[in-house]
Amino acid sequence: MSEATVLQMIDHEAKDVPLADIDVSQRELWVQDRKWDYFTRLRDEDPVHFCKDSEFGPYWSVTRFADIMEVEANWQSFSSDPAITIVDPEEDFPLPMFIAMDPPKHDEQRMTVQGSVAPKNLKVMESTIRGRVQTVLDSLPVGESFNWVDKVSIELTTQMLATLFDFPFEDRSKLTRWSDVATGGPETGIVESEEQRQEELLECLAYFTNLWEERAKQGLSNDLISMLAHGEATQNMSPQEYLGNLILLIVGGNDTTRNSMTGGVLALNQNPGEYAKLRNNPTVIPSMVSEIIRWQTPLAHMRRKATKDYVLGGKTIKAGDKVVMWYISGNRDERAIDKPNEFIIDRDRARQHLSFGFGIHRCMGNRLAEMQIKILWEEIQKRFHMVEVVGDPVLVPSNFVHGFTDLQVVLHSH
Amino acid sequence: MPKVTFIEHNGTEHSVDAEVGKSLMQIALDNLVPGIDADCGGECSCATCHIMVKADWLDKIGKPSDAEDSMLDLNPEREPSSRLACQIEVKEIHDGLTVDLPEFQF
Repeated sequence: MSEATVLQMIDHEAKDVPLADIDVSQRELWVQDRKWDYFTRLRDEDPVHFCKDSEFGPYWSVTRFADIMEVEANWQSFSSDPAITIVDPEEDFPLPMFIAMDPPKHDEQRMTVQGSVAPKNLKVMESTIRGRVQTVLDSLPVGESFNWVDKVSIELTTQMLATLFDFPFEDRSKLTRWSDVATGGPETGIVESEEQRQEELLECLAYFTNLWEERAKQGLSNDLISMLAHGEATQNMSPQEYLGNLILLIVGGNDTTRNSMTGGVLALNQNPGEYAKLRNNPTVIPSMVSEIIRWQTPLAHMRRKATKDYVLGGKTIKAGDKVVMWYISGNRDERAIDKPNEFIIDRDRARQHLSFGFGIHRCMGNRLAEMQIKILWEEIQKRFHMVEVVGDPVLVPSNFVHGFTDLQVVLHSH
Repeated sequence: MPKVTFIEHNGTEHSVDAEVGKSLMQIALDNLVPGIDADCGGECSCATCHIMVKADWLDKIGKPSDAEDSMLDLNPEREPSSRLACQIEVKEIHDGLTVDLPEFQF
């Protein structure tokens, strides 16, 4: 199909587009934050929806909470191989990573590293994390506007990641860059060409290969590189597979929590009654953290490939078809969540959201993410009456990373 | 009605009435026993209702299914007696069942 004949969702209201033509993957819907009405319509009228043609080829959209759970739980019928986003892998630059594998290899590799972010380890890290949050918050200007994304969200998540890798602290901004490059192709403006993207990722590999060699010579320690270098299931990985798994850990620990840290500020500003609740009762913070993660849904989707014909919601998905589970839609499904379009920081069953995924690929760092956001808000509440949003948020131009590049705020002291 | 006992990591015991046919996870939630998150609501998909069954009860409780087994594997602190409470349906023969709760859910 030529460019001219593709119906652009952004030029229409969701209710006016013929159902068969709906393509929720179109970038402009995400740049301009216009995807919501399209997802509501799909949930109501065509919850398991086939899009026959898109920038990413034909794909199914699964948009209801319960249907997403069904796909998540059944890895035998819905494979994560060869990729977990709507974008197909580059044929000449494959990046194998355990999130995009099925059992048993997935289980072996994941088990090698999952201890690093297990709750027992987090207890040890808590005071370090709190100290860093305090330092970052104390360095912020009060009463003048700045970009919360750069100064707080990126800074804190990058510091955390450097710690998990035991990565040279002074070079940590490289991690942020590699995370951005890994998820953003030339169309996002992050890099100029696919060649440049691959070049930068190979620099990432070279840098980490040095760290690997250094850690392999030493005894096993608690950082992720050491765990990979010493783990039975991972010590003989190919360089591409090492790079793939690094990117998984970098993006998983960076692009996600970063955007929940920003999304929470925005949501509280848009819901002043909830902000007042928080001021009156800081014990609501753990529940608020879950609600922020649901509300933001920092990764908007995950993708699977059907391994056999499968009937879901009355539709027959054929073996080989691409299936996209839109977490961002399932998290707003009133069939599963009470008043899903309201941000309620003390809601019942706040933990029951899709943002971490379910089943064997469920987010490995979920407890770390929750802890970081919890500490951030505890420390914000000690210092500031309000983190006031003073500009329009600028969104990441992606249907996968659901987040922000800019959110201007002004801090008000107590 | 059978009685079951949940023992928290700190030793606190919760002995509660358990309705036959309900899952152990649901019994814990209904009785406000702390330490069971049940993020997926009982679908064997999150492993946040992890418990350890006391040794003398293992035979009566039985073994986890393959699906439960693969979810339990996500937990580096899995023990031979580990189960997911959502996958255990309470029966009359479970009267007196005692299970330990882990320090953390994953």
